[in-house]
Amino acid sequence: MSIFIDENTKVIVQGLTGGQGRFHGLRNKAYGTKVVGGVTPGKGGTDVEGIPMFNTVREAVEATGATASFVVVPPKFAAAAILEAAEGGITFIVSITEGIPAHDEAVTFNRLVRDFPNVRLLGPNCPGIISPGKANIGITSGDIALPGGPVGIVSRSGTLTYQALHELSQQGIGQTTCVGIGGDPVPGTNFIDALKAFNDDPETKAVMMIGEIGGSEEERAAEWIKANMTKPVVTYIAGVTAPPGRKMGHAGAIITGSSGTAQAKMDALAAAGVHVCLNPTEAGEKMVEIVRGL
Amino acid sequence: MDLFEYQGKQYFARFDIPVSPGDIAETVDEAVAIAERIGFPVVVKAQVKVGGRGKAGGIKLADTVDEVRTHAGNILGMDIKGHTVHRVWIERSSDIAKEYYASFTLDRPNKVYLGMLSAEGGVEIEEVAANNPDAISMLSINPLDGLSLEQARTWVADAKIDDIAREQTAELLVKLYRCYVEGDCDLAEINPLILTPEGKVHALDAKVTLDENAAFRHPEWDEYRATETEDPREKMAKEKGLNYIGLDGTVGIIANGAGLAMSTLDVVNQVGGSAANFLDIGGGANADVMAAALEVINADPKVKSIFVNIFGGITRVDEVAKGIIEALRRVEITSPIVMRLDGTNAVEGRALLAEHLNDKLISEPTMLDAARKAVALANA
Repeated sequence: MSIFIDENTKVIVQGLTGGQGRFHGLRNKAYGTKVVGGVTPGKGGTDVEGIPMFNTVREAVEATGATASFVVVPPKFAAAAILEAAEGGITFIVSITEGIPAHDEAVTFNRLVRDFPNVRLLGPNCPGIISPGKANIGITSGDIALPGGPVGIVSRSGTLTYQALHELSQQGIGQTTCVGIGGDPVPGTNFIDALKAFNDDPETKAVMMIGEIGGSEEERAAEWIKANMTKPVVTYIAGVTAPPGRKMGHAGAIITGSSGTAQAKMDALAAAGVHVCLNPTEAGEKMVEIVRGL
Repeated sequence: MDLFEYQGKQYFARFDIPVSPGDIAETVDEAVAIAERIGFPVVVKAQVKVGGRGKAGGIKLADTVDEVRTHAGNILGMDIKGHTVHRVWIERSSDIAKEYYASFTLDRPNKVYLGMLSAEGGVEIEEVAANNPDAISMLSINPLDGLSLEQARTWVADAKIDDIAREQTAELLVKLYRCYVEGDCDLAEINPLILTPEGKVHALDAKVTLDENAAFRHPEWDEYRATETEDPREKMAKEKGLNYIGLDGTVGIIANGAGLAMSTLDVVNQVGGSAANFLDIGGGANADVMAAALEVINADPKVKSIFVNIFGGITRVDEVAKGIIEALRRVEITSPIVMRLDGTNAVEGRALLAEHLNDKLISEPTMLDAARKAVALANA
């Protein structure tokens, strides 16, 4: 099984007529994802390589029965597009946009919580989600993932997600689902959401969790793992050498005062029984060892 | 983007938050002119983005023109924890009856806003939090609801702000909240927020961090950008649109994606080296970006080797390869380059580079191998 999406998930792409939207939307479709429509205001009635376009999310949902949306729009329009998806009846929203103002994210997240409690937002500023062999919503290159499980991956960083997929696939270890939660301060989906889903998924036997400096999501995940997780977890936290007070590329990756350091996160995770590794390669090797021993 | 105190005060003033009258000076003569204009006594305050200015001698009281001249002369050019003082803020000195603390920031775990208010300001709030946590009144604010004057009145009472200061503080908190939200701040902090013997409340300091993702709706931020960084490497990188942070080591780093770039720093450190910088060329980087990145790293005299670590996703490795070739054509790269190229179109990328490989352009199969090679070359 996979988490959050599967081979039957119908997806629309908000921004399918843009450069990025077209490239990744078509790539997702080529991977086998059921991309059933696109939304761009004013483009309703046209099509992109046979994918029908709609003016609004609501029209697209009514015509196609889509439940998921891949939102590929520039930062200043992203918050409105996410809310339009929720209002239009979408229940799983993937936002890859980098550079959305933090206040827009905070308002959007709280709107979803208050008015659309059944909607899950993944991102913003994330690579999306891939369930190998079933569906790919986002910008991950499908050919580095390997179907069949048994590993679930959850990560705050895009390229480190690819690195993790690569390390496992090269060793013949497949993945059930790979979830990129993104590097922004207000992620729609957090580590615990993904860990819970993996814990409940019978096909997922072990989880790789990739964190980074900033915030306290990893520490909270550690508490949750200690109390609830029944499957082995391998982790790697990026940014051991990052200087305090500087945003390391991601808006959320910043050490403020003494909080948010990689060491504190690694200590908390180790104390929760997680296998803590010092680089992506070591994490891959550890996971291979665990899977072979299952 | 962190603002200097004077910029923070100017930003506060846009939101009608009371601050001491003052102005910014880059020379002693300017400092004297400002002091004469606003009236004595004045405080001469070093403008650096680091704490502990007072202890370092960067904040001085001046009663006369001669004292302004002496203090401004001493403070301008002073080094405070590695930051050179280029400007002093001259403001009218305030008598202080009480010092409070107020701030708004994001409560990341709960994904709402967090207001902090304390009747015991003037010291590091982390100290108060550690020694006397009850002295800080925390208010959780849902971004959908905002902060009303009514709530602020209850809040100042909870925080035990002095009676005489309560109404003014409540009004100021509503303004500071507006500054935090509408002003797109990551942090809006006043420490100390003072009560004068005359019963007036105003901000004696300003710590403001702006959310650069919101720059598109704040053209007024352009003026802050000019003073943002002193590091010539960071200035050059910024001009080229690169996400670069200067560090002190000898291995220049170029990676795609913030996570991989951070991880590259870590791995270089683990195998006994030290990174000269953080540089994320981002997703979808093309040949031009790659060439610009190499030029910036090449301009850093401390760099002894360059580690290019690419895992192609949106970024295509053949584009990266073209960028490396283009950069080698455009500028003379002094340090050897060690590459690790994987992901989208890696085979094509490696093929393009094959004929260019030599002892100054080296390809390694894995991230760890490449890190070891780059560190060995840097330490040689």
